[in-house]
Amino acid sequence: MIMYSLIQTALELGLTGALTVLALYLSYTMLNVCDLSTDGCFTMGATVGAVVAIAGHPCLSIPAAMAAGVLSGFVVSVLQTKMGIESLLAGIIVNTAWYSVNIAIMGNSSLLNMNKTDTIFSMLKDSLKGTILEDSSKLIIPFIAVALVIVFLSVFLRTRLGLAIRATGNNPDMVRSSSVNPAFTTTVGLCIANSFTALSGCLLAQSQKSVNIDIGSGMVTIALASLLIGQTLFTKGGITTKAVGAVAGAVIFRLVYTIALRLNMPAYMLKLISSVIVVIAIAGPYFKSRLPMMQRKMMLKRKDNA
Amino acid sequence: MLNISHISKTFNPGTADSKLALDDLCLDVDDGEFITIIGANGAGKSTLFGAIAGSFFTDEGRITLDGEDITMMPEYLRARKIGRLFQDPMRGTAPGMTIEENLSLAAGHGGWLSMAGSGQKKEFREMLRQLEMGLEDRMKQPMGLLSGGQRQAVTLLMATINPPSLLLLDEHTAALDPAAADKVLAITEEVVKKDHLTCLMITHNMQSALKLGTRTLMMDAGRIILDVSGSERGSMKVEDLLERFKSISGKALDNDRMLLTSEKDS
Repeated sequence: MIMYSLIQTALELGLTGALTVLALYLSYTMLNVCDLSTDGCFTMGATVGAVVAIAGHPCLSIPAAMAAGVLSGFVVSVLQTKMGIESLLAGIIVNTAWYSVNIAIMGNSSLLNMNKTDTIFSMLKDSLKGTILEDSSKLIIPFIAVALVIVFLSVFLRTRLGLAIRATGNNPDMVRSSSVNPAFTTTVGLCIANSFTALSGCLLAQSQKSVNIDIGSGMVTIALASLLIGQTLFTKGGITTKAVGAVAGAVIFRLVYTIALRLNMPAYMLKLISSVIVVIAIAGPYFKSRLPMMQRKMMLKRKDNA
Repeated sequence: MLNISHISKTFNPGTADSKLALDDLCLDVDDGEFITIIGANGAGKSTLFGAIAGSFFTDEGRITLDGEDITMMPEYLRARKIGRLFQDPMRGTAPGMTIEENLSLAAGHGGWLSMAGSGQKKEFREMLRQLEMGLEDRMKQPMGLLSGGQRQAVTLLMATINPPSLLLLDEHTAALDPAAADKVLAITEEVVKKDHLTCLMITHNMQSALKLGTRTLMMDAGRIILDVSGSERGSMKVEDLLERFKSISGKALDNDRMLLTSEKDS
């Protein structure tokens, strides 16, 4: 029974976070932009969603949060495509700015409580009362959201616009001399990706019934770690398989983390672990490619010493 | 159809590296002309293409294409009318996307949210078959698996899938091995002939500069110093071209690669 609830918790958090991982799948893997505004955008989705839910419109909280995400992505892309600000810096600037904006959204507070608020989770729970799914609302909603996003991405990335976005990340030189405007594809890609990030934040806030200003901190690294785990496990296959792989990465990451917590690892280790995973996942292939050269160096040294 | 009037371009103005790359250059190109362009390294050949395609805006002068002033038009808008190939075969295609996806993107029928239908995929297949490179059976493979010659051939297909008003070929066979270069050049001639394309081609091979096309330009120091066509061009040999260059510019043609190629071929 403990094992079961453990897995359920990991699945809930994994699937909720998977939406951010899918956002990075679009912006980082496809568009080749490392969007450092992810943390701030995640928090913005959480705060906007919470404020709208507290105002009595839990269903409206989802489109509202996603619209906030689109806006956030739009600001980042305008900074990098129209104002000559380097893409990493654009993300950091927006991330910093959103700290103030998010506190303003929460009404000069850094914490909102939704214990007495109707959320989409409590609404679903009420409507499932008496069925065996009653306690699974925290699983069902993220699951549906993830499924919809994967279907959307699988179709969208095969349309002409989707192909253009992928080409922008894959060969910017080619796109620059083609009839596709890279500023446009980057903008569309970042707006869509950030709407997923904000949705992710919105769902997490409502499922844990509270939001504080730090809810999104470190989210970009955690999501990146999940994405890279997924990519390591799903090396073959098309864009749909890889998207599923990204979600699997998110769930596996949460599962391992939950088990580690059971084994008395302190909770504050989460961010250190995700950072180490990202470093290993990116540095690993780099060292692997340098291995023949290093072996040769050692062999020459040995010969000299002999 | 292409009218270039007194364009100039200085790179890095006001610095020690300041370079006048295009110097009050004028050129009129008629519909259906196939022009070959030769010149020493740094003569401004690629810069001329950059100016036409919109990689940068010129400092002075005007450029019109099909009667439309494109002087200040951004590159991606010009690209709807201008196809361009570079020397680097890696530059024209997305290596992580399949052959089919690359072609779909270039074909671009329908709106942004359209997808290539089965009819269109059949067309792609037929086009690839005509290249005689066996690519029609590899449409689902990533572009990155193809050889340089194959990639350049597909890039040529992509550039001409919607026949452009103007095709710019910037030494597009120079990085290929001789057999692949011949093959791509043959495909180029075919495509240009089939769609009656207006085409400018930079080449370092003086033999093919005279053999291919209808008109030959020679550039030096950002200007066009020789413009031959018709019977005068028909009777010209590589030696005549070198001689003319020397007498006009007062120096020998200092493009090592170019001399080597002309010696080998003649």
